[in-house]
Amino acid sequence: MAAAKVNGCVSLNERSSASENIKCDNSDKNIGNGKVHHGLNGYEKSKLKPTTNGFNKMAIEREKAPWMDWSQHDIFPGSFEKCSLMTAALTHIGLYILMFLGFVNQLLFKPKVATERNREGYAPLYNPFEQFYSRYVYRRVRHIFNRPICSTPGAEVTLKERYTDDYNWSFGFTGTERRCINLGSYNYLGFAAPRGACADAAEAAVRRYGLAHCSPRAELGSSRLHRDLERTTADFLGVESAVVFGMGFATNALGLPGLLGAGALVLSDENNHASLILGLRLAHVTVRVFRHNDVRHLERLARAAVAEARWKKIVIVVEGVYSMEGSIVPLAALVALKKQLGLQLYLDEAHSVGAMGPRGRGVTDHCGVDPRDVDVLMGTFTKSFGAAGGYIAGSAELVNCVRAQGHAHAYAHSMAPCVAAQVLTAMRAIASPAGVVRVRSLRDNTHYFRRRLRDMGVLTFGHEDSPVVPMLVYTFSKMAATVERLTARGVATVGVGFPATPLNKARIRFCLSAAHTREQLDECLAALEDIVDEVGLRYSRR
Amino acid sequence: MILMDIYDTVSWWTLVIAVQVVIGSVYFLWQKKPKEIEDKLTKQKLMEWKPLPLVERTFEVEEPILIDDIGENVLNVGTTSFLCLDKVPSIVESSIKSLHKYGVGSCGPRGFYGTIDVHLELEERLAKFMQVEETCVYSYGFSTVASAISAYAKKGDIIFADEKVWFAIQKGIDAARSTVRYFKHNDMNDLERLLNEAAAKKELNPKRRAFLIAEAIYFNSGKMCPLRKLVELARRFKLRIMLDESLTIGVIGKHGRGLTEHLNVPRDEIDLIIGSLEHSFATVGGFCAGTHFIVEHQRLSGLGYCFSASQPPMLTQAAISALDIIEENPAIISELDENSKKLNKALANLKHYTFSGDELSPVKHIYLKNTELPDRLKHSHLRNITNYCLENGVAMAVAAYLRDTEVNCPEPSIRLASSRKLNDANIAQICTLLDEAYEKVGPK
Repeated sequence: MAAAKVNGCVSLNERSSASENIKCDNSDKNIGNGKVHHGLNGYEKSKLKPTTNGFNKMAIEREKAPWMDWSQHDIFPGSFEKCSLMTAALTHIGLYILMFLGFVNQLLFKPKVATERNREGYAPLYNPFEQFYSRYVYRRVRHIFNRPICSTPGAEVTLKERYTDDYNWSFGFTGTERRCINLGSYNYLGFAAPRGACADAAEAAVRRYGLAHCSPRAELGSSRLHRDLERTTADFLGVESAVVFGMGFATNALGLPGLLGAGALVLSDENNHASLILGLRLAHVTVRVFRHNDVRHLERLARAAVAEARWKKIVIVVEGVYSMEGSIVPLAALVALKKQLGLQLYLDEAHSVGAMGPRGRGVTDHCGVDPRDVDVLMGTFTKSFGAAGGYIAGSAELVNCVRAQGHAHAYAHSMAPCVAAQVLTAMRAIASPAGVVRVRSLRDNTHYFRRRLRDMGVLTFGHEDSPVVPMLVYTFSKMAATVERLTARGVATVGVGFPATPLNKARIRFCLSAAHTREQLDECLAALEDIVDEVGLRYSRR
Repeated sequence: MILMDIYDTVSWWTLVIAVQVVIGSVYFLWQKKPKEIEDKLTKQKLMEWKPLPLVERTFEVEEPILIDDIGENVLNVGTTSFLCLDKVPSIVESSIKSLHKYGVGSCGPRGFYGTIDVHLELEERLAKFMQVEETCVYSYGFSTVASAISAYAKKGDIIFADEKVWFAIQKGIDAARSTVRYFKHNDMNDLERLLNEAAAKKELNPKRRAFLIAEAIYFNSGKMCPLRKLVELARRFKLRIMLDESLTIGVIGKHGRGLTEHLNVPRDEIDLIIGSLEHSFATVGGFCAGTHFIVEHQRLSGLGYCFSASQPPMLTQAAISALDIIEENPAIISELDENSKKLNKALANLKHYTFSGDELSPVKHIYLKNTELPDRLKHSHLRNITNYCLENGVAMAVAAYLRDTEVNCPEPSIRLASSRKLNDANIAQICTLLDEAYEKVGPK
């Protein structure tokens, strides 16, 4: 074929007449200086227009990858109103006073705590600050924690009252019991019931299989109940398959090391649960923490990590509903981010499975995300199903990987049959029309309660749809005072302080349930209204 | 003169407020602002980023046998229910009564209305049974050990552990991030050598906590630990002992109190005794026993205790009822011990296998005599042997291990669990079946 010298391009497909053949013997060029003009092969650099096929290597090396357009996605995780400077200052001052009094107390009075015997010359077992905190700060409010109950933790609960003679060093039982409305237990759909279809199924399972299988799943601990439960869980969540574990905490602690290994990078939310943190520690992965629900910070971290080009995979680990903040993860936005940058997503739905979404399938249902877009769906059966245990669900390969490499299949004993039967019945009930009624009544209760709290003027955190409602009280003393007074009025709630929350943001947490009636909620709100001025809780400035 | 002015109240207050303002502003200005991350991601790098899929290869999982497919008359020596308390009518009835009072789940961690009166009762009863000051109950056996170790041992500490401790202890040590020295299995001379070396290198000093972790009867080998010698070494080198008595509580000792009762070692020599409710008591859960000083710490720092829902009340009630039976009827423990001894005698006569296990140990490990085969092949042969035995009326378990993750993974074996209801005919059946299986489907 003749080489056509048309505008500098060598086009091999064109046939041209012999007359257009260039002379390749340099006779038509001036080569006086011995150099051959490079334009002879048709390539004239100076006349050449750039980008013949559109590929400009230099331009791409400099051009930044596009950022996410967050206006396209719903990234609102909930409201987190900040308190006034005065409140923050007073809280800090209160803490200093508490510490100072603790020091004085320690100097003047010997603590009534046990000391070690027969261990002279040994290194002290505990860290002195931990001991100081637990004896002089935590002890003062210890009576609101670890409260024993003696009935089903349903919509109402019976508390066993305690007294203390020595300022909370030790407790005794007064012998009286108090029936309270239960806003403290995780009973979102009201399945914690001593009678009913679930209890009958649990009874039948105990009579058939006994109390426990006494063997791990890999040996002689698997039963048809486990297999049915796994099948039902997978169908419930809309994924290919699932595996169940005997304890919710252990699901993360034993499943994560099987899934991730060194060489992976994990981007973890700052408020992730202790079980996730333990699982990531045991997996020996590198962890980078991003600010709570802050997708922009996550994007910056993810882009920096991808640019480093040394990680085998990058996994984002988040929870569906955070139980201390009441916020919901912006799942649609995260899935969009993950697809754009090639990341993976691990979603811990401990508090959201069963409780969120119009059909109760969790945050994927609530945010309208396809469950197959989330790589690993993990959850527990403790909260919405009234049982114990956890699951990991996803594609069939993922589940096989967790079973083969996770630590629970070979070493940890399988789920007790009564618990498995309870979960199975509860899950089928949620999928039925009666279950949708429960989910809807939980949602109505949530909206009503949050609206009334807002009208009352107290500061609540979180998203409007989350059934966990934290009410900020900021100081330890107010936390203890509120819980005491609410209990006296027949409402059992939970006070949470350091270290589960930051030191100056103690809160009261209300956990709503589908089993609560409107009258019960009104009673609770009336009790709260009674004390809100006495304790001074109207922090909201809206 | 100036002093007189300062004593003036107004000036005094001004000084106080000024000092506070200075301290406050210094604090706020000195707070390190988080460094803004510079964005380096270009389109080129994004195109070149090829992450591995989350699951890198497909895994083959052996489908385990379903317990429903095992008939009623099959002799079960694979599950570790040594005292056969898993289907006793009195326990079943009491747990169903508890179900009708409390429901199934406890719906909360111990700190937040998850403490039910049955939990307190179980803790008191266990403390009285073990003759210790206090116990705390966990909802899962695996988490008990892992949380207990990491509650006390932290990054700068040193742990001496036997090389054949079971997996949960290894994970507890891993979570603690302490320095760990493994000594040869049950070899007290090796431990002494390691301790002397550590003392010489000044690793053992009064500022650094040191722990010694051992199991009373090792789950991975069936041998008993020499507790007296361990206690003596611990006292000499100032180590704290954590003893995992999962397999010995309710199994050895005149009343079933474990190795300390059997060897007559005073119980307060052991700092922490870790027990399991998943073997002799036939429910799901675990507990830690010790002095109030030690156990109280776990109520705030044991991760599996604070951050997990408490044990379901019906399983707790089952543990209480099982404890009732053990306390009223200590003869069942001696029945179990008799059977364990008989099993040892019978297993010594096997033609094609060796076994390991103390005569009082409720678990025996049976290994193939032919030791040249690789582990993978041994495992599949043992699997064929146990399948054959199952078809012929005895259910056994091949010990499951994660070969790649274990420290010192043991050889593949069949783990036989003795039980108090075994009679001579059963034992003979087990032995003949094992030999027969080897001849029919074993390695050629």
